Amino acid sequence: MPKAPIYFDNHATTKVDPRVVQTMLPYFTEHYGNAASRNHAYGWSAEEAVEKARKQIASLIGATAKEIIFTSGATESNNLALKGVAEMYAEKGNHIITAATEHKAILDSTKHLEKQGCRITYLPVMADGRIDLDMLRDAITDKTILVSIMYANNEIGVVQPVKEISKICKERGVLFHTDAVQAVGKIPVNVMEDGIDLMSITAHKLYGPKGVGALYVRRKGPRVQLAAQMDGGGHERGMRSGTLNVPSIAGLGAACELCQQELTAEMKRLGFLRDKLKNKIMSELDEVYVNGSLEHRLPGNLNISFAYVEGESLLMGINDIAVSSGSACTSATLEPSYVLKALGAGDDLAHSSIRFGLGRFNTEEEVDYVAGRVIEVVKKLRDLSPLYEMFKEGIDLSKVQWTAH
Amino acid sequence: MAYSDKVLDHYNNPRNVGSLDKSSADVGTGMVGAPECGDVMKLQIKVNPATGIIDEAKFKTFGCGSAIASSSLATEWLKGKTVDEALTIKNTDIVNELALPPVKIHCSVLAEDAIKAAITDYKTKKGVAVEAGALAVH
Ligand SMILES: Cc1ncc(COP(=O)(O)O)c(C=O)c1O
Repeated sequence: MPKAPIYFDNHATTKVDPRVVQTMLPYFTEHYGNAASRNHAYGWSAEEAVEKARKQIASLIGATAKEIIFTSGATESNNLALKGVAEMYAEKGNHIITAATEHKAILDSTKHLEKQGCRITYLPVMADGRIDLDMLRDAITDKTILVSIMYANNEIGVVQPVKEISKICKERGVLFHTDAVQAVGKIPVNVMEDGIDLMSITAHKLYGPKGVGALYVRRKGPRVQLAAQMDGGGHERGMRSGTLNVPSIAGLGAACELCQQELTAEMKRLGFLRDKLKNKIMSELDEVYVNGSLEHRLPGNLNISFAYVEGESLLMGINDIAVSSGSACTSATLEPSYVLKALGAGDDLAHSSIRFGLGRFNTEEEVDYVAGRVIEVVKKLRDLSPLYEMFKEGIDLSKVQWTAH
Repeated sequence: MAYSDKVLDHYNNPRNVGSLDKSSADVGTGMVGAPECGDVMKLQIKVNPATGIIDEAKFKTFGCGSAIASSSLATEWLKGKTVDEALTIKNTDIVNELALPPVKIHCSVLAEDAIKAAITDYKTKKGVAVEAGALAVH
C-alpha cells in the first residue's frame, strides 16, 4: 500500500517542486535586496532574479517579459484585470461578460462592479461545461468593454474554446481576459495564438509557492491599459505597487520553466493516469457519470458523480486520499457546487460528486490504489443507500414525492 | 472537519443496516429527506404484536457521515422500546450522544423525523388515530 494520505487534490494547490525551492532559497538570506534598489549589488541581483522570472513566464505563455505584472496570486490578478479595465475604460462602456462557472475571484469582482454601476452578463454553460459562442456573440453590445472567460475550470477541468472567444472579441473590439490558473503549465497556452489580452496565473497551481502570481497585460495590438487598484511606489509599470516578493517570483519563474520543459510528456502521462482511473472505476461500478466534457478537458482532471452516494460520506470512507467533493454538506450553506449546478446536472448528482486532480507527483501505483478504495467505499455506501435500493427495484426517483426538508 | 469517535464508529460499523418487509402489518416505514438536499433516510420498525415492543429496527441512509451515524444510532435506541417510548427520542439526544457540531444538527432532526414517520406509518396501518403534530415537517 502506498504511503497515505495520497494527494489527488492538485486543482486546490500543488506541492512545490523541490527544484523550485532550491531556486528560491538564496533570495531569502543571500540575495535579499529590494529589486527596486538601483544603487547596490543586493538590489541588482534581486532585480536580475525578477527579470529572469519575467522571461521564464513570458516564454511559457508566448508573451514578452514586459507584459508580465507580478501580483500576490490569481485572486489579485483577477481583481486587477476586471476592476482595472472597468475603471480605465469607463468612458467607452460599462458592460462586462463572464460565465456562470467562473471562480469566485471573478464572480465576486463582477458583483462588486455591479454595485458600482457596471452591467454584467453571466453566460450559462452547455451540458459539457463550455459556453455557447452564439450566446457570447449576442451578448456583446456597443457598451461591452471586456469579456472574461476562464481557460480551464477548477472543478471540472473543462477547457473553454478560447481561440474562438478571442476571435469574436477582436471582431467586436472588446478586450478579452482569461483566468488561466488551471491551464498554464498544464496544456499549451499562448497569448498570441490564443488572442488573449489579459491573463491571470498563480504559482501554487503549477508547483510553485503560494501567494505569488502574475497578470499578463498585452502591450501591442491592442495596448491594454489598467487603472491600478493599489496606490504606492508605482512598481510594475504603475499597475501594481508594492515591493516585489523576490524569492517567490524566482520560484514562479523556475516553476514555469519546468512546466515548459515537461509539458508535452506530462500531458501524456497524466492523461493516461486519468483515463486509467476513470476506466477502472467505471468498469466496476454502475451509475457513474463524468461531469463536463471529456474531450475538452485538462489531462489531470476527473470529476465524477457516483449516483445514490453522498459525496461527503464518500470522502469520509476514503480518508487516506485527499480529494474534494462538489457536495458542500461540510459548509454551513449545504449548497452543492454552483459549477455542477450550472451544467444542469441536478442537485442530487452534484451532491454525489468527487473531484480527482492528478499532478506531477502522482504515480500509477497511487491511481490503482485510489481506484480500488473508491470502488470499495462506493459499494459499501450503496449497500447503505435507500436510493440505490429503490433504483435497483426499478423505481423512478424523479417521480417520488420526497418530504420537504 | 473532524468527526467525533462515535460518528466514526457508526460510519465504519453501521448498526442494523437493511430493510424490512414494507407490506407487513407489523412494520412501520419512514422515509424522510430528499436527494437534492443531500440526505434521505429510510427507517423501519417491526413491532411485536404480543408485547407492543419494537423488536427490530433497520435503516438505510443516503447522506453524510453524521446522517448515517444519526440513523444508525436511532435504530439502536428504538429496539426494546414501546412505540410510545420511541416517540420520546429527541434530536437533541442524538446531537449529544454523537457530539454533532452545529452544521450537522439537521442530520439529527432528520433522524427524529424518520422515527416519527415510521411510527405514524405503523399506527396508520393498525388503525390507531395519529395525534396531530406527530409528523414534523421541516
Ligand atoms: C480558476 C482559479 N482562479 C483563481 C484562483 C485563485 O488563485 P489564488 O489562490 O492564487 O488567489 C484559483 C485557485 O484557488 C482558481 O482555481
